[in-house]
Amino acid sequence: MTGTFVGMPAFPAAARDALDNAQLRANLDHATSTIRAKRAAVVGELEQWEALRIAGAAIKDDVLLRLDDHLLTLESALQDAGAVVHWARDAAEACRIVAEVARAHEADEVVKVKSMVTQEIGLNEALAAEGIAAWETDLAELIVQLGDDLPSHILVPAIHRNRSEVREIFLREMPDAPPGLTDDPARLAEAARMHLREKFLRAKVAVSGANFAVAETGTLVVVESEGNGRMCLTLPDVLVSVVGIEKVVPSWRDLEVFLQLLPRSSTGERMNPYTSTWSGVTAGDGPQEVHVVLLDNGRTRALADEIGRQALRCIRCSACLNACPVYERVGGHAYGSVYPGPIGAILNPLLRGVGSSDQVDSLPYASTLCGACYEVCPVLIDIPSVLVNLRAQVVDAHRSGLPKAEAVAMKTARATLSSSWRLALAERFTRIGLGAARRFGASAWTRSRDLPEAPQESFRKWWRRTGGRP
Amino acid sequence: MSARADIIGDVRRALAGAPPAPVIERNYLAPSTASTGEVIERFIERVADYQAVVERCDANEVAKRIARAIPQEGAVVVPAGLSWQVPGAVEDTGLSARELDAVHAVVTAATAGIAETGTILLQHGEAEGRRALSLVPDLHVCVIREDQIFAGVPEVMSQLDPRRPTTWISGPSATSDIELIRVEGVHGPRTLHVIVVGT
Repeated sequence: MTGTFVGMPAFPAAARDALDNAQLRANLDHATSTIRAKRAAVVGELEQWEALRIAGAAIKDDVLLRLDDHLLTLESALQDAGAVVHWARDAAEACRIVAEVARAHEADEVVKVKSMVTQEIGLNEALAAEGIAAWETDLAELIVQLGDDLPSHILVPAIHRNRSEVREIFLREMPDAPPGLTDDPARLAEAARMHLREKFLRAKVAVSGANFAVAETGTLVVVESEGNGRMCLTLPDVLVSVVGIEKVVPSWRDLEVFLQLLPRSSTGERMNPYTSTWSGVTAGDGPQEVHVVLLDNGRTRALADEIGRQALRCIRCSACLNACPVYERVGGHAYGSVYPGPIGAILNPLLRGVGSSDQVDSLPYASTLCGACYEVCPVLIDIPSVLVNLRAQVVDAHRSGLPKAEAVAMKTARATLSSSWRLALAERFTRIGLGAARRFGASAWTRSRDLPEAPQESFRKWWRRTGGRP
Repeated sequence: MSARADIIGDVRRALAGAPPAPVIERNYLAPSTASTGEVIERFIERVADYQAVVERCDANEVAKRIARAIPQEGAVVVPAGLSWQVPGAVEDTGLSARELDAVHAVVTAATAGIAETGTILLQHGEAEGRRALSLVPDLHVCVIREDQIFAGVPEVMSQLDPRRPTTWISGPSATSDIELIRVEGVHGPRTLHVIVVGT
């Protein structure tokens, strides 16, 4: 695995490789079942959970359906609070803005808070090309970065690594790792603390995302656990936050909904250890120069999809990953994106556009449509319905002169099943047909499915012979 | 066209013909039936759940409890507006991050607390100190009055000024990034010591 998702194969091919990795499957099974149990316990504690989900979905729908108004309100509130607001149509534009801020302060390094959106836009690589080092400071992101690896889970990006692998990465890549480092998670966390402390103390520029941006007050919110977020948001003089335009919430009190939904859905805690909120610049406290980059990068494309736009309610909790039987078996890399799992299977086609690549078009099929993702989603995203709709869009995008084998087979099946004499005729040849299929291979179909055994006798024959008496 | 005009234009085009925004029903606001005493007890129990140290005392005992909570040796810093005397502590006069890194402990007041989630909130005024103060030292002693503790998250929101920076603290810093095993103490204070003061 190298540090890029670009050029990843389509889901079925990537999934087959992942399924062969027994260590990966064991790690995933342990991790997802642990978080599922923790989530269920703390969600069960809140009687008003369903009411919170309904309110969360409604607030986000209000945001999306009046997004232009909310964005303009947010912009002016941020400016009133002393922040500089930038707008970025795409990844390249956002990366350029961040690089310009860093260069203006002659910084050759930035410290980073874990942020999905900066991964989405490939910020670290873009900054590296400008000669600016971006240090990931979240423990899991550090493991991924030092291992020249890719994140495989939204919440715990190094979920595919076990402790001994982490120890090896630290000893190899961390010049200041303590020589007698063991694989005890507490010792590994301590090594990361010592490694990053100096970077926090000397950094001039920090880069963050935001979990929420309150339009009315211009307040940004970062939810985290380790305190690396607080370090980045507090110590450097300059702070740049890259915020997807769907991260807006209308008012301060709306946070009372999301700060209950997010930690319980995400880490399965009543509350995450640290949440920071800030509105622009505070004299004498924290960064004295604050930039906010409002990013589109496909979000308005997703917004235009009537059924798909609900995916923009997502608060990146990752509960759907942990609930998904497909994710649990193949892990995050097979989805070829920083957004894996059920939400990734809809978000990537919606952001990048159906038909943009075979990899993207394979994602709506990376599901059994079991609905577990919908059941756990804190903002009620009906992922199965969006998947089905996207499958239809993928089929439409690939229509050409010649019908596909699957389409021919389905048409034939319709003709056969809708006429009793044709069905009777077909039944006589079932055994021969299945035998031939097995010999000569209906391989596109059977690659991931078993062919059934043909019965000795058809139902009609059996009925004629016995009259239904056993 | 500027990026701003493009994005706002794209948003409006995407929403052409979209349904009106829904009404937001806040049916989650169930009034708490717990007594004040129960709320305080729940707060203490849930702070302790995070492996924080938590104790309860009367107003006249606070200084003594603080003195016992801070280390015998090592520097202690306090914000200028702290109401209690802390023997040997230096007052924060804008110490640099590096200077704070050499300090072992900090004692601050709190702005509010949430019982349901075992959370303390700092709005970083005179008695709570600026953000870096309660972040860099390894031990954070936080004094909260019983009348600052609210039942749930919704109850506390109206007590806060959104324009001030706010830190929500639920236990010491922690990570579960390696095999989902929770380790207390990463970058933030590795020990959180909460003193709940009767009023």
